[in-house]
Formats: sequence, structure tokens, C-alpha cells
Amino acid sequence: MTEENLALEIRNVTKRFPGVLANDNVSFSLRKGEIHALLGENGAGKSTLMNVVYGLYAQDEGEFFIDNKLVEINGPSDAINYGIGMVHQHFMLVPVFSVTENMILGSEVTKGTSLDLNRARKEILKISEAYGLEVDPDAIVEDLPVGVQQRVEILKALYRKANILVLDEPTAVLTPQEAEDLFVVMRQLTEQGVSIIFITHKLKEILNVADRVTVMRRGKVVGHTSPKETDQQGLATMMVGRDVLLEVEKSPAKPEDVVLEVEHLKITDERDVEVVKDISFEVRAGEILGIAGIQGNGQTELVEAMTGLRDATSGKVYLSGETIPFENPRYLVEHGVGHVPEDRHKHGLVLPYDLADNMVLNTYYQKPYAGQMLVRDEQAVLKNALGLIERFDVRAPGPDVAASTLSGGNQQKVIVGREFSRPLKVLIANQPTRGLDVGSIEYIHKEIVKMRDEGIGVVVISAELDEILSLSDRIAIMFRGEIVTIVEAKGTTREQLGLWMAGATPEAVV
Amino acid sequence: MQTTNTLPAPLSPSQQFLKQWGVTIFIAIAVIGITIWQYILNAQVTEAVLASTIRQSTPLVLGALCGLLCERSAVINIGIEGQMLLGAFVGFLVNVWTGNLLIAVIAAILAGALMGLLLAYMSVTLKMDQIIGGTVINILALGLTGYFYQVGLTTDGKMLPIPLGPLADIPIIGPAFFNNPPITYATFILVIAVHYVLFYTKWGLRTRAVGEHPRAADTLGVNVFKVRYVNVIVGGAIAGLAGAFLTLEAVGSFERAMTNGRGFVALAVMLFGKYTPLGAWGAALLFGFANAMQTQLQFADIKIAHQFIGMLPYVLTIVILSGFVGRTRVPAADGVPYEKE
Repeated sequence: MTEENLALEIRNVTKRFPGVLANDNVSFSLRKGEIHALLGENGAGKSTLMNVVYGLYAQDEGEFFIDNKLVEINGPSDAINYGIGMVHQHFMLVPVFSVTENMILGSEVTKGTSLDLNRARKEILKISEAYGLEVDPDAIVEDLPVGVQQRVEILKALYRKANILVLDEPTAVLTPQEAEDLFVVMRQLTEQGVSIIFITHKLKEILNVADRVTVMRRGKVVGHTSPKETDQQGLATMMVGRDVLLEVEKSPAKPEDVVLEVEHLKITDERDVEVVKDISFEVRAGEILGIAGIQGNGQTELVEAMTGLRDATSGKVYLSGETIPFENPRYLVEHGVGHVPEDRHKHGLVLPYDLADNMVLNTYYQKPYAGQMLVRDEQAVLKNALGLIERFDVRAPGPDVAASTLSGGNQQKVIVGREFSRPLKVLIANQPTRGLDVGSIEYIHKEIVKMRDEGIGVVVISAELDEILSLSDRIAIMFRGEIVTIVEAKGTTREQLGLWMAGATPEAVV
Repeated sequence: MQTTNTLPAPLSPSQQFLKQWGVTIFIAIAVIGITIWQYILNAQVTEAVLASTIRQSTPLVLGALCGLLCERSAVINIGIEGQMLLGAFVGFLVNVWTGNLLIAVIAAILAGALMGLLLAYMSVTLKMDQIIGGTVINILALGLTGYFYQVGLTTDGKMLPIPLGPLADIPIIGPAFFNNPPITYATFILVIAVHYVLFYTKWGLRTRAVGEHPRAADTLGVNVFKVRYVNVIVGGAIAGLAGAFLTLEAVGSFERAMTNGRGFVALAVMLFGKYTPLGAWGAALLFGFANAMQTQLQFADIKIAHQFIGMLPYVLTIVILSGFVGRTRVPAADGVPYEKE
């Protein structure tokens, strides 16, 4: 094994958390100057493994070799000393600090007792020039766009002379263009001798940029491959452990009566900007209406108005012909509107609550969960949770663990379980698969189609073209608070959608 | 896929400076103006008011320094009152026993530091609710000092002013600033020192990082627990010094609950000063000035109930806090215990 020119080798690492075996005897090797993708579903143990390597978690068993020498890593400072740098999925930047302050934190340059910010600034500019990563050392981090913040994170690792770079789902927060830029940077870095571990669950990206791939599933390494030997379907199968449908399978819709109607809706946001400008559309039972649009074109506010979270300046929303009141979510819950919110942490779950409680968040006051007098029926709550965990395949140690301990995909399944199991007329799913892996996406898409086939009117809001195209029966495209056009999904191409989403008039696109 | 939010155009440096310091400068000019005018009218009273301003503000600045050291590293300290009180009591007792003021001051500082250690242990190691931790300290200090205090203890004296040569003879400010007892001078130095440490040194950078985003600091090898412990203990020591000021410099004796809410006013002063030592100093001076004026007004023959005049400093603080200072940015991780895994 040691003949190879390895930058990093991980041998037989095992890491247990209470109730979970996060890494089970995992081995992994990184050659010098390669981009090695670590692929796996959410919760497969990729991030855990990297946090172990970076010294944030202590492994229960296992060894690390750097440049073929056995090393001990007892904390991030050890990892940094061995030349390992990590860009975490959630950036480890102090938002109110300047770029320079963020860079030097922990490895400060000083002159006497004072920080020497001038010297640090010069060093940063030098590195940023050397690697072609442009950045303003005096900018305050919170003012920077996400893509630039990520650049700062990469520079932070390079500033510490990292030659092994771990990127934990770096594209999750980026726009497609920013992601492309990142790939260019990654290739440049490898040319300069940096070895990169690229954690992801996006198959296209792997084929795009990786030299080799290691696939993890449920804490174990299940295989190695390379983009030359495989394709998206092959990678998906390896990752999930069975054949996965990357396309949604569905029969033609059988639309019935109109269940949801939005009429001349206008919404003004907190800054007094009209973000939804006179929108009208209708949704029939048994069809899926996709609302496409680049984020920030009024979709969020539209959904909030339809789900009782926001007032409208004018216009009406009808549910089966009856006007619904704004800012009254309970009315909607009781009248059969299901909502999968855009931000599952903020609006979907109470993270410190356990799964059982999260699964009755909007029905806890009803029978059977509300028992006699003021006491609630714990048994009923528990039974509900166990049922939903089973039916919606939530992978969790039990119904009594906090929602915060679950991976994103499983958290989303908790929400889907809660919403889809109620008697519904209308389902509004906002970015239902954001940040999820293919296995979970496939599952949630299948459930959404199932809801449609049961005669529910479904609205899916998404910024992902693929999701909109494969799920929807009809597509409404939003741009700057208005609906550009509503088209049949069949026969619409990605290119057409893209143009509409960028503001082209319907007539201009043929 | 995000729309580019257009940020407001950045302010020019001079605009930024005005935005940040405008209110402070305005208040400072107003206060200085009033003072000079008064000095022309009545020099003696003015000098007394200024001296009283400094006296009143000293324990508040020290308390605020304690509070901001703690909160900059994300530990909320509402136990300043208790730390001060215990410092005052221990300082007083040691003075009674030894008759040595220096040893007494050191003892007070140690007592405060010990209370800081207790708070750090409760909030950093045990991850207790920090409001409860602080309350524990307040109650503990009140109980301990009340129980062990015996009426009738006397000391040889208190710390006396040391005039700084010709500086003390400068009109208006001389007597107020350059003819003070040692702890007051120490306070001037501490304000500058804490400001320097917090904003110009490695330790300060780490402290602020730990207060804003402890995990980021942790991933760069900064020991979050150590940073919090040290800051909270040093903060406690400074609160202990504030206590020493009360018994060893201002009054010369101890009485039950003599801190009389100064620890809480210090918290307000800290917020008012936007978690900066210099800001807190300005706020404390303003509060002290209002307090000194209030005392003078009570002597003067004005037909207003003295209760209303007594309210003046507090009303002034509230008006300025809510009306002029604007939003204070609290350290993002303030009050949240750090969990490693």
C-alpha cells in the first residue's frame, strides 16, 4: 500500500455516537494532487469521517498516515500542523470580522503584543494572487456573497499552508455559476500540488471534477470507482445500494375541480417593496403545479401568504371556493392545506424537540393526541410517531431523539410524514428536496406524485429546473413578483424555462 | 440561484466616523460647554461636580469592564453586583485585620476573581443557564457578607488622593482628573488597557471570535473553554477591584448591600457603551455627571420634589440609550454554552 504516493491515508476508522455507528471500519486514501470525491447519502458518515480527520471528533478506533507516516490528531491544531485544511459546509467565519481577522484567527501574526494586521494583509494578498483567488482583505465577511465567503474559507486553509484540502459539500450553497468557478479553482489548486477531498452527494459534479470516487453508505465504504468507469446512474446505484430512478415516474394527470385559486394577489414585504404583483392562478385536484423561478422573485412571500404566515395587501385566495383568511395558519391546517416549508430548520421543525413532538406540531390539540382534561395522550403521540417513522422510512434511533440530531433528508421526511399523513385537499411544497441526496429526493418525489394521484392539488415551488420539469404537470414561471406565463410541462425544455426565469417574455421564447 | 441584493452604497470614511461617533461627540461637546459655563459662574461647585462625576463613575466603569470582558467571550454576567459586593467586603475585612490597604485591595481582587471562577465553572463547564448562575452569585454574596458582617468594625482609614504634581493645578479638570486616589487612576489605565487588549491583541481577537462564532474559533485550534474561563475570571477580578473602591477608597467602611445596584447599572453602562471599554467609560462619566448634578440640584433651592430630581440620572440614561445610541450589537453567541460535539 505504501508504494503509492499518498498524501493522506485513513486506516480502519470507527466512530460511534450514542445509538449510531457513524463510521464503521472506514479506510480511505488520498493521492497527491488528486481530487478524490467522497460520495454518499446524507447521514452516510462522510462529514463525520472528515471531522475525525480534522480532529474535531476523536475516533474510537483507527489510524492516520500523512506522507506515509503515522500521525496522531488530537485536535484541529494538530490537523492544521499536518497541513490539513477543511472548508465546512456551514462556513466557519466570524461574520462581523474582516477577511484579514478571519484569516489570522488562531495563527495570528504579531508585532510585540499587538496584532500585525498590515503584515497579515500583505501575506493574504500574496497568497490570493499566487492561487488566483481574488479577495479584499478589509471587507467584512457578512457583506460578502456566499461564493466569496467560500473563497475566504479556502484561502484560510491555504494561509495555514494546507496541502490537503477537505471541502464538505461546497456547492450546496452556491449558484450553478459559482459552482463552476469553484471547480476551476479546485483544478488550479491540484496543479499547485494540493490534494482535495471533495464531499458531495451531487453526481453530476463528481463526473465533472473528480479523479477518483469513494462511496460510503451507512457508515461504511461500499466501493471505489472513477468518473471514467461509471455514469450518474452507476454512481446513484452505488450510493443508495439499489437502482434509483433519477427521473420521476408518473402517469398523466387527471385534473378535477379547482381546489386552490389565487386571485389578483399583491404582497408588500417588510421593506415596503411590492414583491408579489397581481398574481392569479388556479390549481386543480389531481395535478401538480410547479412554480419555477430564481430565488428571491417573490415565491417565498407568495407561499407564506397561501399558508397563513403573511398578510397580503390585496387579492384573495380561495380553498375549494371559499375565501381563506390570511395570517391564520390553524384555519388552513384544519381545512386540509399541507405545507412543506422552504427552511426546514426555521419553519418546519422545532429542532430541540423529539420526533414524536415534531410529528404532532400542528395537530397536538386535536384528538387523539389531546387526552382527557389538559393532559395529552403520550401513547397516541408515540404511536403516531412510530407509524410515521416506519411508513416514511425515517432513519433515526427512535421517536424520542431530538430532530436536530437527524440528517437533512431524514428531517425532511419527518416533515413530509407529518404533513402527508393528514387529510389534505391542497399540498404546498416549497423547495421540498433542497440539500437532499438522490435517495431522499427520489423518495419525496414519489410521495408527492402519490399525493397527486390521490386527488390532491399540489403546488411545488423549486429553483431546480430538473425538479420542476420532472414533477410538474403545469409550470408557472415567476419573475420579479409576476407570473411570466403558465405552460404545460410536457414539451417544455430546460432552455425555455431558463430564459423565462431570467425574465424573457413568453413570446420571445419559442 | 440567488438574485443579487444591491447593498446600500458604502459610506465614505468621514460619514462613517460621524455615524459612529456623532452622538458621542455631540454629548461630549454639550457637557464640556455646560461645564465651562458653570465654571465661569461658580468655580468651586463645578470642580466639586466634576470630582463627584469621576467618583460616581469609577465603580460603574469597572463593573462594565467586567461585564464586557465576560460577554465578549459569550458569558453573560449578571453577577457583577455580587462580585463587587464580595470584593468590597473582603477588602474591608482584610483592611480591618491587617491595616494594610495594598493587601486589602489584592484580597478584594482575589475575592472577585474567585467569584469569576465560580461563574465560569457554572456557565462554561456545567453549561448552566447563565442568568441563574449570575443570580446565584448575587444571592451568595448578599448572604455571605450579611452573615459575616459585624457592626462596629473600624479601620485606620482609606486611600487618599495623590496629586499628580502640576497637572493637578490645571483649572477645571486638574482637581477632578489628576488628584485622585490610586484605584481611580488604576481605572483610567484599565479602560485603556482593556480597550487595547480587546481590539489590538491576539487574545482580544480570540475573545471576540469566541463570543461571535465559537465553533469557528475551535476549528482553528482556539481553546474556547480556556478563553472563556480567563475572561470571566479577569472580569471577576475587576469587579472585585470595583468593590475595593467602595470600601477602601470611597467610603472607608462596609455596610450591608452597599453596592446598591451599581453592578446592574454597570450592565446598562456596558450596553450603552456598545460593549466597548471607551464607550462604557463615556457612558459611566455621563451617568456620574448626571448623578453629581442631581446632588447639586438637591442642595439648590428649587421647588421640585427631591424624588424627581433623584430620578434625573436614570431618566437621562434611558432617554439617551433609547433615543440616541441606537442598536447595540450583542455578541452573536452571547449566553450560549459551547458544546464540543
